[in-house]
Amino acid sequence: MSLVLIAEQILNGLQFGIMLFLMSAGLTLIFGVMGLINLAHGSLYMIGAFIAAAVASATGSFILALVAALSAAALAGAIVEMTIIRKLYNRDHLDQVLATFALILIFSEGTRWVFGSFPLYLDVPAYLQGAVTLPGGIQYPLYRITLIVFGLIIGAGLGLLITKTRIGVQIRAGENDREMVSALGVNISKLYTFVFALGAALAGLAGALVGTIQSVEVGMGEPVLILAFVVIVIGGIGSVKGALIGSILVGLTDTLGGIFLPKLFGLFMDLATATNVGSSIASMSIYILMSIVLVWRPTGLFGQKI
Amino acid sequence: MNKVFKFPIIISTVLSVIAGAASADTKIGMITTLSGGGAGLGVDVRDGFMLAINQSGRSDIEVIIEDDQRKPDVAVKLADKMIQSDKVDILTGIIWSNLAMAVVPSVTAQGKFYLSPNAGPSALAGKGCHENYFNVAWQNDNLYEAAGAYANSAGVGNSFVLAPNYPAGKDAIVGYKRTFKGDIAGELYTKLGQTDYAAEIAQIRASGAENVFFFLPGGMGISFLKQYAASGVDIPLTGPAFSFDQGILQAVGAAALGVVNTSQWNKDLDNAANKSFVKSFKEAYGRLPSLYASQGFDTANLVISALEKADVNNAGAFRDALRAADFESTRGDFSFASNQHPIQSIYARQVIQEGDVFTNKVLSMVLENHSNAYVDDCKM
Amino acid sequence: MIKERQLNTFVLGLLILIPIWAYLNDEPFIITLMTRAVIFAIAAVGLNLALGIGGFISFGHAAFFGLGGYVMGILAWHSQSYVTLIEWPIIFEGTKSMPLIWIITILLSALLAAIIGMISLKTTGVYFIMITLAFAQMMYYFSTSWSAYGGEDGLSIYMRNSFPGLNTLDPIQFFIICCTILFIVLFFMGRLIKSPFGLALNASRQSRQRVEAVGFDFHKLQLTAFILSGAITGLAGALFADLNRFVSPSMFSWQLSGEFIVFIIIGGVGRLFGPVIGALIFVWLEHSIGGISDYWHIFLGLILLAIVLFGKGGIIGLVCREDTQNE
Repeated sequence: MSLVLIAEQILNGLQFGIMLFLMSAGLTLIFGVMGLINLAHGSLYMIGAFIAAAVASATGSFILALVAALSAAALAGAIVEMTIIRKLYNRDHLDQVLATFALILIFSEGTRWVFGSFPLYLDVPAYLQGAVTLPGGIQYPLYRITLIVFGLIIGAGLGLLITKTRIGVQIRAGENDREMVSALGVNISKLYTFVFALGAALAGLAGALVGTIQSVEVGMGEPVLILAFVVIVIGGIGSVKGALIGSILVGLTDTLGGIFLPKLFGLFMDLATATNVGSSIASMSIYILMSIVLVWRPTGLFGQKI
Repeated sequence: MNKVFKFPIIISTVLSVIAGAASADTKIGMITTLSGGGAGLGVDVRDGFMLAINQSGRSDIEVIIEDDQRKPDVAVKLADKMIQSDKVDILTGIIWSNLAMAVVPSVTAQGKFYLSPNAGPSALAGKGCHENYFNVAWQNDNLYEAAGAYANSAGVGNSFVLAPNYPAGKDAIVGYKRTFKGDIAGELYTKLGQTDYAAEIAQIRASGAENVFFFLPGGMGISFLKQYAASGVDIPLTGPAFSFDQGILQAVGAAALGVVNTSQWNKDLDNAANKSFVKSFKEAYGRLPSLYASQGFDTANLVISALEKADVNNAGAFRDALRAADFESTRGDFSFASNQHPIQSIYARQVIQEGDVFTNKVLSMVLENHSNAYVDDCKM
Repeated sequence: MIKERQLNTFVLGLLILIPIWAYLNDEPFIITLMTRAVIFAIAAVGLNLALGIGGFISFGHAAFFGLGGYVMGILAWHSQSYVTLIEWPIIFEGTKSMPLIWIITILLSALLAAIIGMISLKTTGVYFIMITLAFAQMMYYFSTSWSAYGGEDGLSIYMRNSFPGLNTLDPIQFFIICCTILFIVLFFMGRLIKSPFGLALNASRQSRQRVEAVGFDFHKLQLTAFILSGAITGLAGALFADLNRFVSPSMFSWQLSGEFIVFIIIGGVGRLFGPVIGALIFVWLEHSIGGISDYWHIFLGLILLAIVLFGKGGIIGLVCREDTQNE
């Protein structure tokens, strides 16, 4: 277990976390500002990946694919918000759960209807392929480094949007007190549509970026959705900073846990049992992490006190 | 819920009367995965199966097809419906071992025949075997055993092995180790459904192994292959055909080129039945068949061959007819072992590119007339 | 505009008449379908105590459903393979007797609910939703990798468990067992809702302060409700595993937890018969529209959307137009 290997695994955990951040940032904003539990967020992630795959094979341009993914997801988000979600703000969480659950069904089978049952092809563009040698001798894929950098830039951009722009002020105020904001003359419906579309765009972009090195298939969004919920709960609902810290924590725990827990158990168990026990606990590790955080801070690390 | 395929053709009706074949309708219930992420495999099995049924020209076979959504309880419910309500004689179609484990024992206990076009769990090959259960694809371990044998023949001294932490994954490693004579440089179990393999790939790089054997079906395999190709690690990969079938290869693309994988079937196997199968499948469906499609095709032809000899209502005679396996398989030589799993040859094949399409090419035969490890456990 | 009581009687009637019709017309599959609906109804009635009346949304009730299934599976598997389960303090080889299995299931599910409840009820709102989900996910991953009992492949129980005096493999007899349990559970629920405990729980959903002002311990109320809720859903799990003669980690899936919530919403949150109506409708929809096309999930989704957007208060709310549950 060399230091180089450990360092590389930490980088991997970071990168996984940053991708989770893109998903969770949108989710936490939507929940924080609008109080809406959106189970269909995973579907928007999937739509982004599929559109990216379709545009990439039609035009051959990765950049165009990303832009298309972002826009398509934002558009889908805006349409869904205006037609369906809008009617749910005043309802309780249960109705939101059911409606967005229904949306998952529609989007998943709809995607399969349009694109077929087999996974789609989407790959890293030639100029981002290959590995770079980092200080210390670590060979790391160029694309993953790009993802980390890209994710951090978007995170910074979001942070700027929220703290330094007018819309950001409205978002933060809306998280605190919806009625007051409306009473002060802000066009709440426009704000909500904007926030939802923004969240959707982030999810779609994440889907396209991650789908490039994973598989583009129906149902790819749901596992990520669960992880994103875990992240925003750990980080605290409504807090973008919390989403960033939460995703990095989750990314590191998941990655490092999967590698080191079996080895840890291997110290005092035989290989077969150690791998068994270690892998099982590794797959439960992020949920154990979340439970610990919630017991310590019932509203997450940076969540608002209720 | 019913998709009924009937193809009445006058000539075949006359012929069947002349041949004295069974005049009662034979009902086959197909439970397979047609929705959700893993639907590609079910679609292939169904399409291969129905192609053979259509080609037979028989009008006395009725196939009822249902979607199990990859859920065990839905599969059980559908099996109940097919037996109790539709009154089928034969069941088939299940792709996944866990669904097979839920359905097969009770189907065979109720006196119906079950012919598996894919899933071959060891429990049903050994202690849980039953005279009504036939597997037309392989016993799950076969392709992994072949990978181990290939590694031996290629002179590999040590391997890194990787699979998800669930029974089929563990079976894969066990199967590989059964034949592989070298050392194990590293053994990792990933989370089922895991999509990011950067950590595992780093371990592989650090291990110094001569090759990597991995079993990661479906989307997991696609993710792993893409990430492995991007990582710059140049240790050769091997695996069973499940990550390199025709449907998945198009999604993986160049990342899979050159990988050696083991399979009992490939589109370039040189026999008449296979050549005609590949050609007619392409004409009928507009795509190349995968091994799943060939398995569905062979299953249907097995049934048809048995029907030529016996009526499905005469269980003893029909069973004997099935055991005889008197049909032209797309794999060439095909017969059943005593636990009614195939005895067949398994090949090492390599991923190549033909024009725009990614596909496989046979390299060598790795195991000839290979049976399975559970024959002795089966007390039939 | 019919009263809720009349609607409930109508549903009870359907539960009895449809299987009788199916039995007389030799359609055993319909009986099996009704049994499936009844078992889901029991699971959802359990959840409704916590969710509808208590007001805390558990997205992890599949944890209890799956636990019930595995309790049944493990006990029956040891019994059918003659492998000893525990050697100390007494030698126990498992059992295939339904009543015994149910008792053990209820006790263990209650225990699990106590553990999960004590940790989770410190949180509220979406945090509670997520932490209950987390526990169900933990059990899912744990059972997938626990090869001793099949892991992801699950456990097959070839013969249905035994109930004194009945042939449990006969669809109608097994249905009668499950339906009787549903009636008992509904009766128990009905009394519970009107008892001081039930009224206090209902009140606690609306205002914590007032309930505490009257002298109730808020946490104790919630925890008790959660434990009862988990025990009932666990029992449903044992029945479900018996119905399918199979148990696997999929009984822990979060999609299943979501489906239980869906049943309650379709029927009417907090209503006694809400889960029953919801489960019946869902199972029948699943059965009947599956035939329309390969993509029938789209239609299911559209129907669910319509119910949520236009049917406030679920079916009961739509049909009865009463704001609260009446007697």
